[in-house]
Amino acid sequence: MISKKTVQHLADLSKLELTYKELNKFQKQLAEILNYFCLLKKVTTSQVLPTSQVTGLENVLAKDEISPSLSSKEALSQTKNQHNNYFKVKAILNGT
Amino acid sequence: MELNELTVTQALDGLKKKTFSAEELVKSCFGKIKKVEEKVKAFITICEEDALKNAKKTDQLIKDDPQIFEQKPLLGMPIALKDLFSTKGIKTTAGSKVLKDYIPVYDATVVKKLKAAGAIIIGKTNLDAWGHGSSGENSDFFVTKNPWNLQKTPGGSSSGSGAAVSAGECLAATATDTCGSVRAPANFCNLVGLKPTYGRVSRFGVIAMASSLDSIGHLAHTVEDSALFLKVTAGKDPLDATTPNIKVEDYSKTLKKPSKKIIIGLPKEYFIKGIDKEMKLAIESSIKLFEKNGFIINTISLPHTQYALATYYIIQPSEVSSNLARFDGIRYGEKRDCFGEEAKRRIILGTYSLSTGYYDAYYLKAMKVRTLISEDFAKAFAKVDILLTPTSPTPAFNLGEKIKDPLKMYLSDIFSASSSLAGLPVLALPCGFTKDNLPIGMQLIAPQFNESLLFQVGHYFQQITTWHKRRPPLV
Repeated sequence: MISKKTVQHLADLSKLELTYKELNKFQKQLAEILNYFCLLKKVTTSQVLPTSQVTGLENVLAKDEISPSLSSKEALSQTKNQHNNYFKVKAILNGT
Repeated sequence: MELNELTVTQALDGLKKKTFSAEELVKSCFGKIKKVEEKVKAFITICEEDALKNAKKTDQLIKDDPQIFEQKPLLGMPIALKDLFSTKGIKTTAGSKVLKDYIPVYDATVVKKLKAAGAIIIGKTNLDAWGHGSSGENSDFFVTKNPWNLQKTPGGSSSGSGAAVSAGECLAATATDTCGSVRAPANFCNLVGLKPTYGRVSRFGVIAMASSLDSIGHLAHTVEDSALFLKVTAGKDPLDATTPNIKVEDYSKTLKKPSKKIIIGLPKEYFIKGIDKEMKLAIESSIKLFEKNGFIINTISLPHTQYALATYYIIQPSEVSSNLARFDGIRYGEKRDCFGEEAKRRIILGTYSLSTGYYDAYYLKAMKVRTLISEDFAKAFAKVDILLTPTSPTPAFNLGEKIKDPLKMYLSDIFSASSSLAGLPVLALPCGFTKDNLPIGMQLIAPQFNESLLFQVGHYFQQITTWHKRRPPLV
């Protein structure tokens, strides 16, 4: 069982805005899905190591060298908010 | 036969022999698009002008150097790209309103490779937004139809790629498979779909869904075509740290029937009640056919199969919630209120699984079960060479049938989950038809990096059957 409060908290954490209708819908659907996950309680995993990736690769390094990259123009080409070759964002510190 | 109905192998042969030109081939595809696209709706973006320009250039290249096919193994081939693949200068939406006007400033590695091999891009295909779906119905734009029956789903999330190849709008298409998104369209549209080993093909420039699971594949009409395509796309990429330095074989040259007797394993957990009866019969016939032709059939067990879907639906949304965090509307795209319902659902589910207090019970637990699932396969491959299973519990289902019930939709991935979690290569191929003329498919699963074996067994099957030659009546 998952509460509306929890769903709202998760929405806040993931910067999503939910309507009241969505909140209700997701609460029901997530409860059902999370219930399905209870299946995994049947598996004994106390001696099992987790798999986070299946390639077995470790410490894949690249040389610390400058190589061709996007120009500022290219990097800024997809934003609607730019100023003097910078991405413009909302203020996070109040001005005095 | 129309030029757009050829396989890649046949079309290359035709170009080499000068039976037709690249321009005629590409025009034939656009002719088909004009006839059926309104009904099928496979494409988000169609690149007719550039494709015809490229076709003309291609014809000139062939004229100047008839040997050029050796350097450009897909020269002149009209292909489509699933709209997750970044294409420089061509809109790339991921099927989502968040990226409805996004134009990448670089090509994905796979796109670069396909272009270098001479392929001609016909357009960008529709998909479930962000790859989230098994039917194509989660596209933020419109729903792609199955060319075999317009009331049915073409399978997702690579719905547009499946429909486009099946309808003859292009000869092959790229796709991605995180948990069945290449295999479902292959299955539902009568195509060959390859999900390569995780890490075989670079993910650079392909909009990420679940980074430990995403596999970059493709759809075509034949195993022969699929092998040719993989030779172009596979290989270590310095821009993708998860691509091991493992040699890319010349898959086309190793297609003949394996010299030793191949042992095909049938995992008993996949042959269960609830599989469509006609599908069961078609797969059983195919197994008998293999046996008749010298393959050894053994039943084996993959004991943790029943836990695979739950494991997948914990790990994948967790990784999705992380990968979609970058879409903040600052550097590109719209704001997060443009996410569709399924994306929001998966982000919230993933955030829950990763959050303090729940991480151990869900995400960490799932990662441990993932180990057990991988070990099941390792033990199986000590006894058999290759596995054969159904691809999905049913042939193509009706549009609208599962979309209102997310868990019901997730359950259609039941036969894809284990092999995805273990990072194994899987080949989906046609093996029959229902009495209503809907395609039936099966899948072959091989050990990591053994795509050659998949191709050998699959190609052999296509030499003793003709299912893959059928085309939808619509076209």
